Amino acid sequence: MSHYSHKTTRFERNLATREAPWVKWTLLTLSLSFFVLFLILPLVSVFFEALRKGWEVYLLSITEETALAAIKLTVLIAIISVPLNLVFGVAAAWLIAKHDFRGKQLLTTFIDLPFSVSPVIVGLMYMLVFGANGWFGSWLVEHDLKVIFAVPGIVLATIFVTFPFVARELIPLMQAQGRDEEEAAVVLGANGWQTLWYVTLPNVKWGLLYGVILSNARAMGEFGAVSVVSGKIRGQTNTMPLHVEILYNEYNFAAAFAVASLLALLALVTLVIKTRVEHRASSHFNASHMVPADINTLSPRVVP
Amino acid sequence: MAIALTPNALLGRRRGNSFRRSYSVLPGFNLSLGYTLGYLTLIVLIPIAAVFLKTSELSFAEFWKVVTAPRVLASYKLSFGASIIAAAINAVFGLMLAWVLVRYSFPGKRIVDALVDLPFALPTAVAGIALTALYARNGWIGQYVEGVLGIKIAFAPAGVLVALVFIGLPFVVRTVQPILEDLETELEEAAASLGARRWQTFRYVLLPILLPALLTGFALAFARAVGEYGSVIFIAGNIPLVSEITPLIIITKLEQYDYVGATAVALVMLLFSFVLLLVINALQAWSSRSIGGSR
Repeated sequence: MSHYSHKTTRFERNLATREAPWVKWTLLTLSLSFFVLFLILPLVSVFFEALRKGWEVYLLSITEETALAAIKLTVLIAIISVPLNLVFGVAAAWLIAKHDFRGKQLLTTFIDLPFSVSPVIVGLMYMLVFGANGWFGSWLVEHDLKVIFAVPGIVLATIFVTFPFVARELIPLMQAQGRDEEEAAVVLGANGWQTLWYVTLPNVKWGLLYGVILSNARAMGEFGAVSVVSGKIRGQTNTMPLHVEILYNEYNFAAAFAVASLLALLALVTLVIKTRVEHRASSHFNASHMVPADINTLSPRVVP
Repeated sequence: MAIALTPNALLGRRRGNSFRRSYSVLPGFNLSLGYTLGYLTLIVLIPIAAVFLKTSELSFAEFWKVVTAPRVLASYKLSFGASIIAAAINAVFGLMLAWVLVRYSFPGKRIVDALVDLPFALPTAVAGIALTALYARNGWIGQYVEGVLGIKIAFAPAGVLVALVFIGLPFVVRTVQPILEDLETELEEAAASLGARRWQTFRYVLLPILLPALLTGFALAFARAVGEYGSVIFIAGNIPLVSEITPLIIITKLEQYDYVGATAVALVMLLFSFVLLLVINALQAWSSRSIGGSR
């Protein structure tokens, strides 16, 4: 945004919105010290601890058999759960942003619900439903299916904790963009899928990407919910965060931090993409609002 | 699949549908409603219902005995107490960081702005072991705080607080920052021209406008902190009655196969979260109203 491109912000150039220098420097010092103390130091220490015993130990720790199994499982979990929540997010956003109906507010609250449930309780809930003594427990045993202490349980818990991310990103974006373009498409003869695919989704692609990235980071990093349902069987149901915990509890700190550093890298990549996406989204959003939608560039794409 | 535009759909007449829509010409209402409700029920509502039903296996007296056992009570005190203090610290420093990010220019501002979201993106277990390494007696911070000042942070209740401050920070910054960004300078100019000093302008003009967002951020940070598990258990030391958080009580009960007990404690936390969710919704409504009113 524009406030980055200037040497000073508009507030600093305005007498009425400017503080005395000592106030400014005090605020800057206090807030940035806090920032360094609470955010930068933990991040730096992950990499420092990971490399404390040298590159050899580091590389060995992340290429060792159970570490690789944990990485593979973590990627698999994300590959299954993120697309499922993506489809849900688009459906929910289409429903809430493009339609009016009674109970909309209630539905929005329900979609936010997973944010306020402790991860540990998420794991517990799936134990109650699918565990050995749970609702479907005996049925699952009869059919030789395993959910708890197996991959499906981890997937379910992950879906729950990442449930609202895509919907939360898309709903305000699609509401802000209104319905005019979609209504024009429908009037011109596009069906629902065409309208969604050629009109709505291109308009929200950056928000969509952001939601997917956030879900992915959370899916790969989820700890509490997954630790309840996983059973932590090494090489089988051990995800990366759980592997970090096991190594740490075995006092194998270098290896624990080595695997943790991969997750920290993932977090950094997520933040970089997020910053890019936000930048793109704001310029895209501004552009699409300043320039009226050109019906000529739109219509040839509506009919594939 | 084409969805026919019937006159009823155009006029939004969908009788007999409890989610009755008023007006939209766009198709896909029933499909997206069905899918959203189905998925929501399967993934979220049924598992939550399981907590309520499982707890009903207990009589109220038994339930009460489980959720008010001394060890459980101590954990509430720690979880809720540390969460409130952490959210308050975040409210102060979060407001300051948001202010600095919006109002001042300084080198590295873009990086600071991007990294504020780190606690959202960094897995909690990673945060947990990193904070423990920092605040342990031989850690970068711990060697001074514990070694010189004699204050124990890691493996003590103070460690819980540190972890909760870490995970809650972005909530306050990210709720206050957009409000600060959208603020027009006219209000402050008017205040200044009427003779207000800078502090008075902040206290009587800006703070009332920012307050709903600040409280929303506080409540979000608090809600997140109460349920937090991953970042806390490494640094807390998990000493019963001293540094044991409520989510850990649930885990401990589960490991002893005490499903009913675990569920009873979970229910108390769930109910609390739901109340908090309602409060947050009300705060957000207040926030958008007060911003609308200030323009």
